Amino acid sequence: MLDKNKIGHEFPSFTAEIEKGRLRFFAKAIGETNPIYTDEGAAQAAGYRTIPAPPTFMFSVDLEGPELLPVLKLLELDLGRVLHGSQTFEYLGQVYAGDRITQQSKIADIFDKKGGALEFVVQKSTYTNQNGELVGTAQQTLVYRN
Amino acid sequence: MSDIRVGTELPSLELAAITRSTLALFAGASGDHNPVHIDSDVAKQAGMPDVFAQGMLSMAYLGRMLTNWQPQAKLRRFSNRFAAITHLQDVITCSGKVVELLEQNGETLARCEIQAVKASGEPTLIGEALVAIVRGRYDEF
Repeated sequence: MLDKNKIGHEFPSFTAEIEKGRLRFFAKAIGETNPIYTDEGAAQAAGYRTIPAPPTFMFSVDLEGPELLPVLKLLELDLGRVLHGSQTFEYLGQVYAGDRITQQSKIADIFDKKGGALEFVVQKSTYTNQNGELVGTAQQTLVYRN
Repeated sequence: MSDIRVGTELPSLELAAITRSTLALFAGASGDHNPVHIDSDVAKQAGMPDVFAQGMLSMAYLGRMLTNWQPQAKLRRFSNRFAAITHLQDVITCSGKVVELLEQNGETLARCEIQAVKASGEPTLIGEALVAIVRGRYDEF
């Protein structure tokens, strides 16, 4: 069983730069053709400060930390048994190319179902830009198959 | 006034069949380098028939559907659960509809049920989005 004493654990905060080229690559990889996601002029004409990060890109910010998926080490998880159960984003502002986004994340809950055959780890994250504005939050649930 | 009401369907988005290239590009672009999505040997060691799609790839497709419909600046909340694995050559279609209009923080929001579904009809992602439809936080929209 996973260590429920880790509920409330806060991971080290880190800051990631949102690179314009990376956003263009991401747009290409998901087949996005709306020019606001690749062209600054089109983004500005649509009312954005510059190229916005698409709605799910905050998950990619999570992966920019000093350690890939630090939850694996904290809870001694075997990556091959981890499934992504659910994902939620809330938008309080916009993430843009050139921003420096600080991510803070913690373990919000750990629980099990089916007599411990499946365990669930809920992680909550916040995203704050270089101006100190909270631009979004995320919650993800990982499912661990025992 | 907006013509968005309960029952309004979001324009659906049909994707090309998932290929190894799709998965490799998304691994690089998203930063999710989990080899089970890009290396057949690792996938087979994990008991899978072959590499399979990142869940966040399909969530990004759902995001495309949402921002094709309404500007991203109107998106307030976006969530889904991952219901089934997407395999190579699966053709995914994203769809959704408005199921409720509600007031929150001085805005009118459309609550939309959204899903990604395989050609077989099996849903892979089932979720929900809240989209501002009348008074936005961003006046220019």
